[in-house]
Amino acid sequence: MLAFVLTLVLLLLVVIVLAYAERKVAAFMQDRLGPTEAGPYGSLQPALDVLKLLQKEDIVPAAADKALFKLAPILIFAAVFAGFAVIPFTPATVPAGIGIGVFYLLAIISLDVIGLLMAGWGSNNKYAMLGAMRSVAQIVSYEIPAGLAILSVVMICQSLDFQEISYQQGALMNQFPGMEYDMNWLFGIRELGINTTTIGGITTWNIFRAPILLVAFVIYFIASLAESNRAPFDIPEAESELVAGFHVEYSGFRFAVLFLAEYSMMVLVSLVAVVLFLGSWNTPLPNIGPVSLAYWTSGTVGEVSGILWGAFWLISKTFVLLFVQLQLRWTYPRLRVDQLMHLCWKVLTPVALGVVLIAGIWRLLMI
Amino acid sequence: MENKTIKHTSGFWYVVKSLMSGLRLTWQHFWRATNRRTPEYVSDENYFKQADGLVTLKYPYEALPVPDNGRYRLHNEIDDCIVCDLCAKICPVNCITIESVKATEEIGVTSDGTKKRLYAPVFDIDMAKCCYCGLCTTVCPTDCLTMTPVYDFAEVDIKNMIYHFTDLTPEQAEEKKQLLAKQQEEMAAAKAAALAARKQQG
Repeated sequence: MLAFVLTLVLLLLVVIVLAYAERKVAAFMQDRLGPTEAGPYGSLQPALDVLKLLQKEDIVPAAADKALFKLAPILIFAAVFAGFAVIPFTPATVPAGIGIGVFYLLAIISLDVIGLLMAGWGSNNKYAMLGAMRSVAQIVSYEIPAGLAILSVVMICQSLDFQEISYQQGALMNQFPGMEYDMNWLFGIRELGINTTTIGGITTWNIFRAPILLVAFVIYFIASLAESNRAPFDIPEAESELVAGFHVEYSGFRFAVLFLAEYSMMVLVSLVAVVLFLGSWNTPLPNIGPVSLAYWTSGTVGEVSGILWGAFWLISKTFVLLFVQLQLRWTYPRLRVDQLMHLCWKVLTPVALGVVLIAGIWRLLMI
Repeated sequence: MENKTIKHTSGFWYVVKSLMSGLRLTWQHFWRATNRRTPEYVSDENYFKQADGLVTLKYPYEALPVPDNGRYRLHNEIDDCIVCDLCAKICPVNCITIESVKATEEIGVTSDGTKKRLYAPVFDIDMAKCCYCGLCTTVCPTDCLTMTPVYDFAEVDIKNMIYHFTDLTPEQAEEKKQLLAKQQEEMAAAKAAALAARKQQG
């Protein structure tokens, strides 16, 4: 229960910062000022937006399927929020440390699609219906390259536990029960004979531990943009053609929940990318001889220092990825439906299959 | 004739390069977001030299300067007004309403030395009707009617768009009218007396 409340509070904070950052980053990239009136530099704007939404009338269209229409936002948010349960926030903190976390995450996020379809179809609105169809087609398609990219990480790490994957990517690896004698090699190639177990830092992140995962990371990142309906894959809510996509009929609190779910999805996919590819809560600074930067910036596992350092690194890396998501949104134009499907099925999926194969071979080099 | 496919520049590295150049562009704009354009009029030599930086003007707090010969809200300096009614006569949209009352004696002089002989119990300009042609300021003999640089004066109630420039209260205006009527009565009486005296003589 405590984990639930803490995760929810943390998520709300991150989403509020993100909603503010979205407006400011967009404004700066377009040579505008963004919000300036509410609070210092407009920083209270997202909070006031939420307050405004809560005061609005909750409109349910007369011809809508009322039960599904009302249930959909809750289901969408619940599906995304449930994904946060398995994310390790620090070396010692994970809301639900289950051994098949990766599998659970992929499964629970797929539930999101049902909610989108319920919202779009239940609204009894052509735009909403089209938006939901596009959204579902897109998410279902892009789960395949994303899943394959994640699979290659699982093959390299030989684990479905996010916390175990996290420990493998840093100097604290041998402190995880069951991995006391495991070793990391530079680029994961044992033959090179350079032991990076105690060096840690960026050299043991998955994208360096097995450089093929850099390709997997790019594939996963592109697919995750599509899964969270972000530009340039935002055809489900293409403002210029579909008004707002599946949530066109929603207002007030229900809209706020959908909005929250959308931003939570962004945060979740970025967190997963960080945990799987970018060293999770591990520090990027390696130990260099007597200058043990990695140990200094990691704290002690289980103590306050470890929790603070872990959370700091995880959240900083996540915000870097979120910034890239925002920048992509204001840089690239929206893809057409056929281009979207072309990219998924003819480019990302074959490349991801190749990456899975190479990851399997790479794993053989690592032992 | 052999059909040739049109060769586009394409390929993996070309795509990567163009994606990167897009990102570089937005990043440069983001990076330069600390500069802001300075609010200057187009005649300023710096105006065209500010290629980057944020362009937003926080309007109520900052505003572009207006040109010196710009035509905006009218203002009448009633102390300098001789109530000649020229402005009301030239106005193409009849937005100026003037009522005048002759003074019983000289009221004073304007700042350019013209003698004032008329009171203006009503001197109203309806800015909602005004077409900002500036003719009234051209004909004004004492230059008391001028265009100010104020352009943001929208009102919720359109009645507030009528500007009253008179310096007399209604009571004072009534008093001046009575003074004038009394003087004219006296003058008429004096005239009648003089006429009667001439008749008696003749």
